[in-house]
Amino acid sequence: MIHSTPRYTYGGDEFIFVELSEEMSLEANIRVMAITRELQEHHIRGVSDICPANASYMVRYDPDVISPEDLLRHLEAADRSTTDLAHVSLTSRVVDFPILFDDPWTREALMRARDRHQDPNSTDLEYAARINGFSSTEAFIEALCRAPYIVSMTGFVPGLPWCFQIAPREEQIEVPKYVRPRTYTPERAFGFGGAFVAIYPVEGAGGYQLFGISPSPIFDRDQRLPDFRESMVFPRPGDIYWFRPIDMKEYEAIRATVENGTFRYRIREITFNPNDAIRDPAGFSAAVKGELER
Amino acid sequence: MIRVVKPGLSTTVQDLGRPGYYSIGLPPSGALDKYSHTVANLLVGNDPAAATLEATYLGPELEFRADLRFAVCGADMPAFLNGQPIPLWTAVAARSGDVLSFGMLQKGARSYIAVEGGIEVPPVMGSRSTYALCGIGGHEGRALKAGDMLEKGDLQTRAPREGVAVPEKWRPNFAEAAELHVVPGLYVHRLTEESKQEFFAAEWTVTPEANRVGYRYKGIRLQFVDRPQPFGAGSNPSNVVDCGYPIGSIQVPDGVEPIVLLNDAVTGGGYATIGTVISADLDRIAQTRTNQKAKFVEIDLAEALRRRRERQTRILEVESFLRQS
Repeated sequence: MIHSTPRYTYGGDEFIFVELSEEMSLEANIRVMAITRELQEHHIRGVSDICPANASYMVRYDPDVISPEDLLRHLEAADRSTTDLAHVSLTSRVVDFPILFDDPWTREALMRARDRHQDPNSTDLEYAARINGFSSTEAFIEALCRAPYIVSMTGFVPGLPWCFQIAPREEQIEVPKYVRPRTYTPERAFGFGGAFVAIYPVEGAGGYQLFGISPSPIFDRDQRLPDFRESMVFPRPGDIYWFRPIDMKEYEAIRATVENGTFRYRIREITFNPNDAIRDPAGFSAAVKGELER
Repeated sequence: MIRVVKPGLSTTVQDLGRPGYYSIGLPPSGALDKYSHTVANLLVGNDPAAATLEATYLGPELEFRADLRFAVCGADMPAFLNGQPIPLWTAVAARSGDVLSFGMLQKGARSYIAVEGGIEVPPVMGSRSTYALCGIGGHEGRALKAGDMLEKGDLQTRAPREGVAVPEKWRPNFAEAAELHVVPGLYVHRLTEESKQEFFAAEWTVTPEANRVGYRYKGIRLQFVDRPQPFGAGSNPSNVVDCGYPIGSIQVPDGVEPIVLLNDAVTGGGYATIGTVISADLDRIAQTRTNQKAKFVEIDLAEALRRRRERQTRILEVESFLRQS
């Protein structure tokens, strides 16, 4: 259960930061989405950015246009009007998300960074499987893909989705981040840190454990692919991704469609009451799977 | 037209930034020292939103291919036109064929070169600023290279007068150690009370890792309050459940080397941020460089807003002075 009162704090003279919960939970994330959607609908003058995060959110504003006190009152009002999730309905894109696990590219990247890792003698997959009590990496991958994930936050760099598995707490996988961040991570790498999957949109630094790679992009600066016509980034908070293990043959086939510009994500839209997902994650997962297989 | 003869160390096209895309992970970019950027624009009669060139540490060499007025503000980096010294913080006329070059940096870190009308590149999501990590905005999404040709824009609002200079009292002084005012907050309660006090008492030194993404400082080690980590945060006591990072916010991974996040920073992540440098002092950070000293000074929000107004008043005074002279 999350606190009844959010914690409001100032980020200098242009930001207000609001923490709904210290720890991560689906409930906290859904509350963040409900509040930030409510705020977006109000088009508050002087507010330039509303940024939902995992269990907190942040607003950037111009104090010359709206005083911090007045803005705070808007935030508190949005909080009050969304306390009861029974009346909240969310529309999300359910996306089939193929992943090539234990691929040669992220394996090479992580082998180069063994001096920065908790366990220099294992791969990231072997290490994460072991500390989560799995007997094999195959069983661990099966657990990673057993239930869908909600995109609980986007950011870091353009388009990076944080994805949180819709599963009971006791089934949640948790892994530490690298001891020191890597300087190199391949584009589209599938990483895991804390309780989150992240997919790296572009090549760069990174501190999550590397498990695989996505054949499909999540950032397309030139908006070449049809799924990127509206925005150069694909992920949106509230998206639901079902990660599906694929083999090298399917990976290459998808890459070819990305290269020739015809790739499209397989997307279904669902509208749901968040309480259903919070109270019965297994039932929600089954419903999502049914929708994807329709 | 302006031809880039030499690009300098890192010269990029910047304006006031690209607000509104923070939630997708796109930082605002824009001039790091907005005061110098704005005053350079005002000197040549531009709207402050016009794009200037931001040159870091080592200035570029530029050949003007048209008669053009320009101004250089910011760092004390001597500027030359055809080898002859020209004054900084002053509107200067160049003839077609003239070459602007720079000498050794004396104080500060970044020079802003404004040309009348502004630097014209295609705006991306409402801004001409360069965000090099993803190749967005600016000149082809990157720092300038030798041989690049730059166009002049039409964001001029009035004709500038040659030779008019910004009086000394409105020029920032980059000599002494930087005093950076901070509103404590966000996750400051994660630090021990003693470490919080030490953070504000210590003298910090800018490390070589200081760029448009952020500035890293070395000094003392800070301690976080020991606790069982909340679910999802990660195991280090400096970890929190991943959240948004305000521009100017200070994170301290593992308690060592605080990092102040700047205009091209990552928009979020899993480190506790302990406070935010006020917007008025981001200009000052931009003009510090490796091995320079800085102190963080604790203030409250009311004082931050007072300093914000003070900075705006200064810009209005400069504008009004330039209009009348």
